[in-house]
Amino acid sequence: MNTIVKKTRLAENVTEYVIAAPDVARHAHPGQFVILRVDQNGERVPFTICDYDAAAGTVTILVQEVGYSTKQLATVPEGGCIVDFVGPLGNPTDLSAYKNILLIGGGIGAAVIYPQAKALREKGQPSDVIVGARNVSLLMYEKEFKAAAKELFLVTDDGSSGVKGFVTDALQKLAAQNTYDCVFAVGPMPMMRAVCELTKTLHIKTVVSMNSIMVDGTGMCGGCRLTCGGKTKYACVDGPEFDGHEIDWDEAINRSKTYKAQEAEHMCRLR
Amino acid sequence: MAIEKKPRNKMPEQDAKERARNFGEVALGYTAQQAKDEASRCMHCKNAPCRQGCPVAVDIPAFLEATAAGDFDKAGEIIGRTSSLPAVCGRVCPQESQCEKMCLRARIDGAVAIGNTERFIGDHMLQNGCKPRKAAPIGKCAAVIGSGPAGLTCAAELAGHGVEVTVFEAFHKAGGVLVYGIPEFRLPKSLVQAEIDKLCASGVDIKLNTVAGKTVPIEEIVEQYDAVFIGSGAGLPMFMNIEGENLNGVYSANEYLTRVNLMKAYAPESATPVQRGKHVAVIGAGNVAMDAARTALRMGAESVKVIYRRGREEMPARAEEIGHAEQEGIEFCLLTNPVSFAGENGWVKSIRCVKMELGEADASGRRSPRPVAGSEFDIVADMVIVSLGTRPNPLLKNSFPALPTSAKGTIVVNEETMQTSLDGVYAGGDAVTGAATVILAMGAGRKASKAILQKWGIV
Repeated sequence: MNTIVKKTRLAENVTEYVIAAPDVARHAHPGQFVILRVDQNGERVPFTICDYDAAAGTVTILVQEVGYSTKQLATVPEGGCIVDFVGPLGNPTDLSAYKNILLIGGGIGAAVIYPQAKALREKGQPSDVIVGARNVSLLMYEKEFKAAAKELFLVTDDGSSGVKGFVTDALQKLAAQNTYDCVFAVGPMPMMRAVCELTKTLHIKTVVSMNSIMVDGTGMCGGCRLTCGGKTKYACVDGPEFDGHEIDWDEAINRSKTYKAQEAEHMCRLR
Repeated sequence: MAIEKKPRNKMPEQDAKERARNFGEVALGYTAQQAKDEASRCMHCKNAPCRQGCPVAVDIPAFLEATAAGDFDKAGEIIGRTSSLPAVCGRVCPQESQCEKMCLRARIDGAVAIGNTERFIGDHMLQNGCKPRKAAPIGKCAAVIGSGPAGLTCAAELAGHGVEVTVFEAFHKAGGVLVYGIPEFRLPKSLVQAEIDKLCASGVDIKLNTVAGKTVPIEEIVEQYDAVFIGSGAGLPMFMNIEGENLNGVYSANEYLTRVNLMKAYAPESATPVQRGKHVAVIGAGNVAMDAARTALRMGAESVKVIYRRGREEMPARAEEIGHAEQEGIEFCLLTNPVSFAGENGWVKSIRCVKMELGEADASGRRSPRPVAGSEFDIVADMVIVSLGTRPNPLLKNSFPALPTSAKGTIVVNEETMQTSLDGVYAGGDAVTGAATVILAMGAGRKASKAILQKWGIV
């Protein structure tokens, strides 16, 4: 059992959870993920770690209520418990080989790139950050990013905050004015794919974080497999971060839709 | 002296047609009378060849003698001296290639059904056995990584001698392959839970949701405990690396079975989804493949085909499992090898296969199959379960580079003691051997526990 120490609504359907998990907090690194189950009938769902506090023994995750389990999690009140919380899983982010990095976060992915922005600032190597969302109500961590980034560029689909357009529009502009040796992009798969298609033409190495469907998260089930550089890789033990130019995006996006129909049915049945 | 012929007592079973649509146990178990009767068939051979066939050397003639006399508690006590999970072993051990293979009665009127009798005694012990008592502490502590058959056995043995044991389990439930892999209809989960409850009652502390090497560094575990046993299991499922293998609807047997067994995807209240294929193909013919095929049938498939590149003789699954699968209506496509998968809208629809013929025997002693030119044909399948074994998980080695591993990635141990080249670090089960059986893993756990206790001068 793990207690939800703090629960904060950040945007429409987006909640930040600070969860007590001392062992996970003690060994977590940016880029890793956890798997949780809400109750005894719950499924195992992976979430990227947004933040962790070894001293307080807590791990922070950001959850967008999109499916059955994320909605179920939203019903647990602050101070309440979830049955299982395991991690930190996957490999930590390693951007040490790069000097001028551009961070791009789409939607909830913004929360995942925040630890990187913070780490790069602490290293004395602050980076430019693009944060994109559908509209202003889905933008998050703006204040935190402003403090950590060299410069923050906000983009919304409808222009309700920052510049109207997509993260790729901002990327195109910034790349024309700067020499980045790496783009680190996290967000929905179609967004990461669009970024990769653009950076390929710009010849900028691009690292993405793959949020594949998983069961165990330790290499046993093979459900999270994807094709990278023509080879089958497991997001849980080989990733979750990969060279975005090497990923077979059609396949990855198709696999991410495996349970769409069943999930819809399950939600109807329980309503 | 002539032996009076008396055939083996048949194991009562659920009707094949009926059981193919439910998750209830296939084999129903002996009655007390049947168990006594079967046990009395033992001829008490001088050298007890059966015992040599048992990886944990259960004193088979002695427990059969007690069973025949109706002293089931004593029989349980005798088995318990060398085996910690008789109710499990009686169900899933390949007795026909171990103890029962060595039984001299096999040549007369059929081997004594040692497994069926052991199962009866195991169940009797779970229902009536006295509560486990905590052994007096000896001031030593041990860590066991993984709560599958190897880890559970090692933990039980050590705890029985007063060692303070902590088990680290990655999943949210203990039992390893016994809970995520082997289906309910072959091994009821309540029974596994009863064994685990017994272990906890004897003082073993099981830490769930704890991935050794991630949640807790292995170096830290090695430092904090007097001995460490690694029984982390087999690892990553193997695929064929052929076109279309990552289409939706193509599972590894590990994933499919975990979704159904551990996550109970068959139950309406479970939030874990699983595909329900109408025409299912299982690739491979080991025990896991049989489990996957029979599970798919119970999940409502109209047809289930097992595709295997060699012939019937070469199928690695137990004869009993193959027989059960066949009775239930599983079809076998032998001497057939998939070459690619074809899909529609991202979902698998059919498998392009090629006919095979058998050539010379290969390194494994089995005749190696080769494709017959121009024999390609398609098998319709809206779900495919790839069951071709596993390769070692890199997680352990990556998080603990000091661990000695083979070129294949399995952990290297001294086979007598199961000790690695690191002081106080032992390993056993599939992590050492690659995918093998429950009983071999238990044998390794027992061997390691003995070596640990010997090192401390306790046995």
